[in-house]
Amino acid sequence: MGKVLKDLKTVKKDLKNLLESQPLAVLATQNNGNPYANLVAFAFSDDLKSLFFATTRATRKYANLTADHRVAMLVDNRSNQATDFRQAKAVTVSGRAEEIDKKREKKFLDIYLTRHPQLKEFVTAPSCAFLRISVDTYYLVTRFQNVIEIHLTTS
Amino acid sequence: MNLVLLLDKIKAQDRSFVGGKGFALAVMAKRGMNVPQAVCIPTEAYDRYVKLTGLRNRIMMEVYRKRFEEMRWEEIWDTALRVRNAFLKTPIPYDLQQEILPPIDSLFSGKPVSVRSSAPGEDSSKTSFAGLHESFVNIIGVEAILEHIRLVWASLWSDRALLYRRELGLDIEKSAMAVVIQEMINGERSGVVFGKSPVEESQAVIEAVYGLNQGLVDGTVHPDRWILNRKTGRILSHSPALRENALRPSDKGVKLETLTTDLKDLPPLTKEEISEAFQLAIEAESAFGGPQDVEWTYKGNTLYALQARPITTPPDSKHDQRPWYLSLHRNFDNLKQLRRMIEEEHIPAMEEEAAKWASLDLNELTDEKLADEIEIRAHHYDDWLEVYRQDCIPFAHGMRLFGQVYNDVMKPNDPFEFTKILIGTGMVSIQRNRALEDLAKRIRKDSQLAKCLRSKEIQNCDPEFLKEFDSLYDQFGGLGWGKARLFQDPRQFLDLLLAMAFQEKEAFKSEETKGLEKDFLSRFEDDQRNFAIELIDLARSSYRLRDDDNIYLGKIEGQMVASLDEGKRRLNDRLKRDMRHLDKNEVINALRKPNFIPRKRPYSAKGPEKKDPKLRARQIVGQPAGPGIAFGKARMILKPEELFRFKSGEILVCDAVDPAMTLVVPLAAGVVERRGGMLIHGAIIAREYGLPCVTGVTDAARWIHTGDSITVDGYLGIVIVGEATLESSDHMNGKSQP
Repeated sequence: MGKVLKDLKTVKKDLKNLLESQPLAVLATQNNGNPYANLVAFAFSDDLKSLFFATTRATRKYANLTADHRVAMLVDNRSNQATDFRQAKAVTVSGRAEEIDKKREKKFLDIYLTRHPQLKEFVTAPSCAFLRISVDTYYLVTRFQNVIEIHLTTS
Repeated sequence: MNLVLLLDKIKAQDRSFVGGKGFALAVMAKRGMNVPQAVCIPTEAYDRYVKLTGLRNRIMMEVYRKRFEEMRWEEIWDTALRVRNAFLKTPIPYDLQQEILPPIDSLFSGKPVSVRSSAPGEDSSKTSFAGLHESFVNIIGVEAILEHIRLVWASLWSDRALLYRRELGLDIEKSAMAVVIQEMINGERSGVVFGKSPVEESQAVIEAVYGLNQGLVDGTVHPDRWILNRKTGRILSHSPALRENALRPSDKGVKLETLTTDLKDLPPLTKEEISEAFQLAIEAESAFGGPQDVEWTYKGNTLYALQARPITTPPDSKHDQRPWYLSLHRNFDNLKQLRRMIEEEHIPAMEEEAAKWASLDLNELTDEKLADEIEIRAHHYDDWLEVYRQDCIPFAHGMRLFGQVYNDVMKPNDPFEFTKILIGTGMVSIQRNRALEDLAKRIRKDSQLAKCLRSKEIQNCDPEFLKEFDSLYDQFGGLGWGKARLFQDPRQFLDLLLAMAFQEKEAFKSEETKGLEKDFLSRFEDDQRNFAIELIDLARSSYRLRDDDNIYLGKIEGQMVASLDEGKRRLNDRLKRDMRHLDKNEVINALRKPNFIPRKRPYSAKGPEKKDPKLRARQIVGQPAGPGIAFGKARMILKPEELFRFKSGEILVCDAVDPAMTLVVPLAAGVVERRGGMLIHGAIIAREYGLPCVTGVTDAARWIHTGDSITVDGYLGIVIVGEATLESSDHMNGKSQP
């Protein structure tokens, strides 16, 4: 059992390094079967259970999230070179997004602003929604085709 | 930069572009030494070729498919073959050709040349690549020269070169290759002078053969050898060779010819010539500032220096695997000898030994005698393992050699098309499986028999059937597998047979291969055709033996284990406790000394790794080893007893397909193996049954567990864990989009 636990630890560390290295991620939402993707600045909790991003409420992604809170997010460290096929890592996150109260959940906002201090005005504006993704699963892809799953909701 | 450099145009700063061989030739030419006319094609040509054609990225995709450290040499060979095929199928782009061709055409038009590798870094004695990359002699015409330039470039990615670079920790990505094109000197006598003997510093060594040097370098022709005093050049000793053959130019390439009687009796060099060859080494040493190996040839009375390189330091560590890697490549004649030895000596001897042991009734031996017997069997088994390593594994190169020739000649899209010609060679395990299937068929047709066999009273079933069953059981019963014997109980064997009788799928798909073979042979004429026929025959034997030799070794192992089991049984009776954990020496000791009490230790058999619900693999990359897609429940087999739980339609997941496991392969929908390679047992057996197969799945036992739903993608060499979507996809069946 020891070995497996240690492996999970190593994989989580790799995952964290990847998330750490990337300020931006691709967020995928949908509404009525119409998929939609866009870039967001994100942050993550130390236990990897939550990811955070912000959007103004007038956006298409916000409308989509209101209709269906299921999301996917892609974070990767590609360089857009051929070497990516062996060097790049990508992680797809699947989970559910919910808007959170910026004032009450200050520790989450702090995590976000520590990472993106330049977005302070943006996030704190009343028209901007602050969201948390509760992660179900991470799908980590290395070397083009190796895929492992890290399940957070499985006990 | 000019892409064709004359020797006298090469300067000191060009060294890293023209490689060791090219640079050494330039140095010798400038000193006025007699070297054949030559040009150098610098690494820039290689770089432009792989960049323009996109090959560079393809090579990196292949080489980095898995972590290099995780690849076994079989996988590396497969990778090298794929890369080589990519070079064969990728012509030099027109613009690049226009820069290379005209100078070569004007210098060598219609003349035979050698096309030689000249890898940068090759001139360092520490990282010597001698004999690692390919060189070709007697190439005529610009088209052929261009093609051989590509083959020399490709040899940068040969399995040997890849393994060497791994051992030395060299950077693969920066690798590039220069090429030397040298006027072919049709020398009558050739050889190598070693300016300083690798074993005795005060000596120099000269080796000489009749004909071309290639015969000496690749080991086909044995040389006369002279030992000289390095200071004075005085001859200290002469060891004549058994002179039989010479390698000489033929219409296409070279061929081995028998020497005339008078040459057989005459050393290839006179005293004066030995001294002249020695002078070459002295001259080269002063030119390069250190002792050199110089290859030379005599045409008439004129001595030519063909190439020079620093003395290779012999590997200083026993852990250096490089010499063994090199030994895995054998030439055609050597392979023929190996085949004869394995087929006519090793296998009959193994069979005889196993039969002799099987006929001995272990029950009747005293404890003392049983201990002796265990000791002898274990000792012999170790000897056979060594024979296996020394002769049987290298003989696997027979099919690889054929694969390379097939690809050179046919340039197929699938680099492993040649394996189709090798299928159906009558392997022992397949023959046994057929016998098993015949019995299964009888059960299928005879419902009374089936019913009876399922009952507890087998002895009342059809006696004729039982007789055949017994004889087959005896054949399999003797098999050993990983320190255990395969069958403890005929019931297990019978259940397997019943499963076979009532499975739905049809075992054995055979493909039409006659056409491929005919096509291949039609590319050869006269003498060459006989070579091609012999080569196919050799490759088939190599392919068949790759599996068979394991079976014979398994029989020996089975008998060894039988004696050990008997010892454990007696100790069990004596001490009334579980003795399975005892090793051989403890058993022998305890049998010899009635007072010896072996230590207590819990018996632990290797089991599957625990499944972690939080961390799972979804898709694992291995090597494509048998085309096709299979979907089913995984059955991980690590121990013999697990074999009997195998159900029709499951996917066999294992460390390596042991010959004993071949038994359940007809029941399997697909095969997944941790060990990698296209030409390993598991892949060979899977192909015989037309099963999708992925090998080289590192950590298979960690990620795949019995009962998991998995998809085996034998086209791409990946395993997908979890419910499949591929199976139902219309695209897979070639249907149009929904």
